[in-house]
Amino acid sequence: MKTSIFYSPNYLIITLILFTLSGNLIAQNEDDILKRTKSDTTDTQLNMDAVYNRPALTINKAPVSIGGYLEANSIYAVEDGLTEGLSFQARRLTLFLSASINKRIKFLTEVEFEEGGKEIAIEFAAMDISFDPLLNLRGGIILNPIGAFNQNHDGPKWEFVERPDVAVKLLPATFSNAGFGMYGKTNTGDWIIGYEAYLSNGFDNSIINNSKDRTSLSSVKENEERFEENFSGDPLITTKLAIGNRNIGEVGFSYMGGTYNRVMEDGLQIDEKNRRVDVFAIDLSTTIESTGTYIVGEGAYVWVDVPKTFTQQFGNKQAGFFLDVVQPVLQKKMFGWENASLNVSARTDYVDFNIGNFTQTNTNIGDDLIAVTPSISFRPSPATVLRLNYRYQWQNDILNNPATKTATWYLGFSTYF
Amino acid sequence: MKIEWLSLIIFIAFFTSCEKLADEYGPVPPKENELLDGPVEGLSVEEQIQFLNGDIAFNDEVFTAETGLGPVFVGTSCVSCHSGDGKGHPFNQFIRFGQSDTLGNPFADFGDGKNQLQNKAIQGFQPEKLPPGAPFTTLVAPAVTGLGFLDAVPDESILSLADPYDENGDGISGRAHFAYPPEYVQIRPNSISRGGKYIFRFGKKAISYDLLHQTVGAYNQDIGITSLFEPIDPYSGLEEDPEISTQVVNEVVFYLKTLKAPIPRNQNDPDVVSGKQIFSRIQCAACHTPSMKTGYSPIEALSNKGFHPYTDLLLHDMGPGLDDGYTEGFAETSEWRTPPLWGIGLSENSQGGGLFLLHDGRARSIEEAILMHGGEAKNSRDEFNALSNQEKKQLLEFINSL
Repeated sequence: MKTSIFYSPNYLIITLILFTLSGNLIAQNEDDILKRTKSDTTDTQLNMDAVYNRPALTINKAPVSIGGYLEANSIYAVEDGLTEGLSFQARRLTLFLSASINKRIKFLTEVEFEEGGKEIAIEFAAMDISFDPLLNLRGGIILNPIGAFNQNHDGPKWEFVERPDVAVKLLPATFSNAGFGMYGKTNTGDWIIGYEAYLSNGFDNSIINNSKDRTSLSSVKENEERFEENFSGDPLITTKLAIGNRNIGEVGFSYMGGTYNRVMEDGLQIDEKNRRVDVFAIDLSTTIESTGTYIVGEGAYVWVDVPKTFTQQFGNKQAGFFLDVVQPVLQKKMFGWENASLNVSARTDYVDFNIGNFTQTNTNIGDDLIAVTPSISFRPSPATVLRLNYRYQWQNDILNNPATKTATWYLGFSTYF
Repeated sequence: MKIEWLSLIIFIAFFTSCEKLADEYGPVPPKENELLDGPVEGLSVEEQIQFLNGDIAFNDEVFTAETGLGPVFVGTSCVSCHSGDGKGHPFNQFIRFGQSDTLGNPFADFGDGKNQLQNKAIQGFQPEKLPPGAPFTTLVAPAVTGLGFLDAVPDESILSLADPYDENGDGISGRAHFAYPPEYVQIRPNSISRGGKYIFRFGKKAISYDLLHQTVGAYNQDIGITSLFEPIDPYSGLEEDPEISTQVVNEVVFYLKTLKAPIPRNQNDPDVVSGKQIFSRIQCAACHTPSMKTGYSPIEALSNKGFHPYTDLLLHDMGPGLDDGYTEGFAETSEWRTPPLWGIGLSENSQGGGLFLLHDGRARSIEEAILMHGGEAKNSRDEFNALSNQEKKQLLEFINSL
């Protein structure tokens, strides 16, 4: 029988040392040269502001701010009684660099290194020109505002190691494209209304031509040419309307749609017609004042024009949602940290990758998953989170055979720097 | 003690227990006799590595247009038709058409001239359409477990079960399907030949000589993948570069050879014991032969082993009800190779909770399948009908225990 390193006294000691060290590091003063920028603490923020609403450092009076976040974790999974043991994952290192070119011209880029540098992506690199709070132009590599997570995806903001399934398995978060568009917001009384509208490069045939063996919007991320060439030749339209209330919360309605295939190439017809992908998403977030309970969620419905001559393995309708409930149980000075908090949380994930019935049998097509993830997280400061998650997942194959059951433990951290 | 220290201690204690909690309270593995997949017992480490490689190719590899899928095809992967290594589902049923006699003349010359309808296509291509008037049959994929045992049965053992002229007068006249093997197969040692033909034993009408023949045919005709062995593309009918390596083909063949035989369940249940006796009494066992023995195999775990497939690997006339007017090789239109019954009780776990039995999945229960037997099985079907309800239940419980 394998001896777990968790039972090793050395492991306990190392864990305690890491806790102690992290406390000492946090306690050190920042270099006087580096100044932490003040984040916008007004109550006029919406999810659409997430890219700029991050902690960052400035150097003297330079108009440039830098920042980023790092997340890493250990993972131990058991699938139907079988495990491949314990692994450590350096999930992502993300760097932000922003500059105020002018009072009303801003630039920000977000470069992400995933899986130890195996995947390097410019997730966001855009210039914003503000003409009016209701009219800002943005161009470059933009984050398509579908749902809320895609724009508000920084690890330290979440109590869970895994990103929501609906965001990364159904939708292609983090999904960014070369494109242009506009956004704006206004507020009156307690209400805030914001909008975004972009035209960008879009999807390609990988939606239905991929090794996942299912309709997969996220497969588009494997196309390295999508920042240079729009595969279909038709722009992807992404729009969002968000409504916030200082006392209630925020709800967003977003749409993304366009052609994903290419009909003509070199003057020759290579497919019979334009095929569309359309996505509609709703997101919400709120905090219950009396208990401090934070609730955030997102749902999405996807329509894809899959050729009728293709296999039913690839569905033309998909849907999913996630819902997080975060309950602070201790918010006080702890271990010397002034604004520490201890939270318990739970997430529910659901994704149906293939909605409909089999033509031959009129029985329900499977290919879905549901997962619940209770979590305990400790935040020594709002910008740093230590997370212990337990995820239990049931995944059905396309035929609805007995579900594959997976239990996974995660212990990890995510921190802005 | 301060509450934060207490929380920290609880947190660390909880974390250090994670692995134990996951092992003891996480998902438990299904019982071995409830699974169709998994290797045969007794494989060496080297053989287990080959099995694992084949397992990945069979169960994880999905073909795309870039990796060779189609352009016309039936499925995108092996597992799309053989979920959990079990029987297939009608959503991936396929059609073979064209031959209504035993002369091997295709009805129409589609693509590669083979007679499997390529009923799906990648973007920009159109799937094949059944030529008007063509005789055809619809098929669902069989289970693939235990095939290595069937592969290792000596020809003489199969022929010892045959009675093509019904000399014993029991109304059952099974015959081996002798056909011409392709050049790339290695003829088994001590094979019995008749005029250059050899015994074919795999497929609904015993159209494949061995598991290499079956595997490369399936890659080619089901997925549109060319190989060194089957280099003709089903769409163009032209020879193409291999889209799968010979190594992967060999690993998949090894995987199929070394998949374990299904393990029967509830064998001591009194109803199952009684049902087994009824199974023999009403002559089901005359075709669904309970026991066989392998000959020598280079894979020691398969060599000289007794096993219980409930098939005789012979072709039988199943009567007009199962005569689709289409045949393959030298089998008659009403002849079907006896399908092994082992694992039938687990079919629901690979067919989405239902049952789709017989060659095209038309029978939705074991009883329905029995009632659709005709031809050489007519007497057994009639005897089944004459059983009491209790005896029928016992027989069905026995079959379901396999």
